[in-house]
Amino acid sequence: MRFQLTEDQRALRTGVRELLAARFGRERLRAAVGADEAGEVPELDRRLWRELGSAGFFSLRLPETAGGVGLGLPEAVLVFEEAGRALLPGPLIATHLAAGEVPGAAEGGTVVTAVDGGGVVEWLEAADAVRGDAAGAVPIRSADPLTPLHRVTAPVSGDRTDVLLTSLLTAAEQLGTAARVCELAAQHARTREQFGRPIGAFQAVQHLCAGILVRVEVARAAVYAAAVTVDPADIAAARLLADEAAVRGARDCLQVHGGMGFTWESDVHLYLKRAWVRARRPGSVTECEEVLAAALLAEAR
Amino acid sequence: MDLSDTPQEAEFRARLREWLGKVLPSLPAKPSPDDWPGRRAYDLGWQRTLYDAGYGEVHWGADPAVRMIFLEETEKAGAPYVGANFVGLLHAGPTVAAEGTEEQKARWLPPVLRGEEVWCQGFSEPDAGSDLAALRTRARRDGDAYVVSGSKIWTSHAEVADWCELLVRTDPDAPRHRGITWLAMPMDAPGITVRPLRTLAGSNEFAEVFLDEVRVPVANRVGEENDGWRVTMVTLSFERGTAFVGEVVACRRVLGELALAARENGRWDDPVLRRRLGRLNAEFRALWRLTQWNVSEASEGVPGVGGSVFKLRYSHARQELYEAAAEVLGDGGAALDLEQPWVLDRLSSLSYTIAAGTSQIQHSIVAERVLGLPKGR
Repeated sequence: MRFQLTEDQRALRTGVRELLAARFGRERLRAAVGADEAGEVPELDRRLWRELGSAGFFSLRLPETAGGVGLGLPEAVLVFEEAGRALLPGPLIATHLAAGEVPGAAEGGTVVTAVDGGGVVEWLEAADAVRGDAAGAVPIRSADPLTPLHRVTAPVSGDRTDVLLTSLLTAAEQLGTAARVCELAAQHARTREQFGRPIGAFQAVQHLCAGILVRVEVARAAVYAAAVTVDPADIAAARLLADEAAVRGARDCLQVHGGMGFTWESDVHLYLKRAWVRARRPGSVTECEEVLAAALLAEAR
Repeated sequence: MDLSDTPQEAEFRARLREWLGKVLPSLPAKPSPDDWPGRRAYDLGWQRTLYDAGYGEVHWGADPAVRMIFLEETEKAGAPYVGANFVGLLHAGPTVAAEGTEEQKARWLPPVLRGEEVWCQGFSEPDAGSDLAALRTRARRDGDAYVVSGSKIWTSHAEVADWCELLVRTDPDAPRHRGITWLAMPMDAPGITVRPLRTLAGSNEFAEVFLDEVRVPVANRVGEENDGWRVTMVTLSFERGTAFVGEVVACRRVLGELALAARENGRWDDPVLRRRLGRLNAEFRALWRLTQWNVSEASEGVPGVGGSVFKLRYSHARQELYEAAAEVLGDGGAALDLEQPWVLDRLSSLSYTIAAGTSQIQHSIVAERVLGLPKGR
């Protein structure tokens, strides 16, 4: 047993983090939010999408013989964690899962979204291809300024493997977001002064920040392990804990930021809203808990 | 990231499993919790059995992954816990091994490994619990001995211990972390009084120890005079890491038992309770993975930050586990009946967020040492 990142995995993570920092840093993030401020639906950055494609973002798990990178789920999880950390917009998981099936998806030339059974579709208008039946989809005003949403009523019979992988990669994105809001909270607590000292010196704030970190680290262990085992109960556990780490982490981060956190200018709300969008994807809390309860009986027998 | 055993680990696991399968059926019955001499004999006997089979030093082995397999397999097989040997094997022993002289190692380590001597811990005091550096037990030098007076509390196994790893204040004028010394005190020395403490669970789990002019040879000092705090930090670093491996395995087993019991008595049909057990499954699966993560990190020689993170989450999860157990037992007074399974465990679990550093202290440790927040008060 060596449950740590390998050298190659560390290098991959660093590479993706640097790529995203260069291509989708804070300025790009705020520029993307601009559409919402102008009352428009945000557009998907096609150039960025193609760049992600040529970096192997979508073809990561395709065999090299099929023009892919030939890596596995643990590597995909690390890459999606970075995407979650950078708050990268777009139907990333649907396009990743379509690589090798939908022409152009692997290279980032085709944007693929999916009716994933959660009752909504992300980025429907921007997509070139839709997996599942999006007939009669109705646009809604999305709470997340960087994720346009449509509501769908058609019943979905999603591919079981796709549902599991969507849940796992969603957990990876949530993990990245959770880790990022933990940093933002700690950064703010170290520098923001009140009553003549940094607020991070107050136990109430310290414990709020420590709670965020504990949830991140517990979720990290669960998500990485699920990527290795691909066991449905492990994936359910990873999803539950990563959703919690992201949503509660972002809320606590907002609390640490106080009044400043409640403004549009602060980025904290963007992390929280995206965490909400991801949390409603298939593999909801109730589903995960039922899967894990059933697993208990199966294992104890 | 690899969760499977290496060939060596698989070989160790298989050998251990086979041995446990042979030796466990012939073990004597466990003594009652309040039978201290019985507990001592039982725990020492188990340590001797391990020693004779070549597993006596497994806790001190260089490879944490092997130690983890040992703890995992012994717990799964229902083998005895380390029990009265806890301090000797996991605390005082490793400290002597790391900081002691050759004479001290030769005197104290073999009897611990062979299951001949029991150690207890004299750290906490009535006014020095989480704030350990506030300890006041005094030791003044008199020739070749320290003369010790004061009192210690929460001392498990004090009634049957041969030795006590004792922290004393040797320089009352120094800054409070600087004037402390680590001593090995023989428990049969004149001037020692042990008084059992009854816990809220009704057991005599530990004792108060009163020290009245107890003479401890200077030769029993581990590390330099007034350097005991640093020595203690070495000791405490042994407490983290793999200390909870067996307990997480045990919690996962209890959770499975709860599910079966709930199905048996119909409580499983309550979706709220069922999902609560599912949620706990996520919790203990993740804690198991976090343990594997921390152990792998330790194997690489990297001092991990995982100890406090793990301890915080684990102690709350374990309390939640026994709260759920009370729900499974349902109405009709079962959850209040001390004869029922899990009811005493529910009471005992109240100590987890207090012992070995309260959750509040652990939160501050995480905030300051991991997240780099300024020191708070």
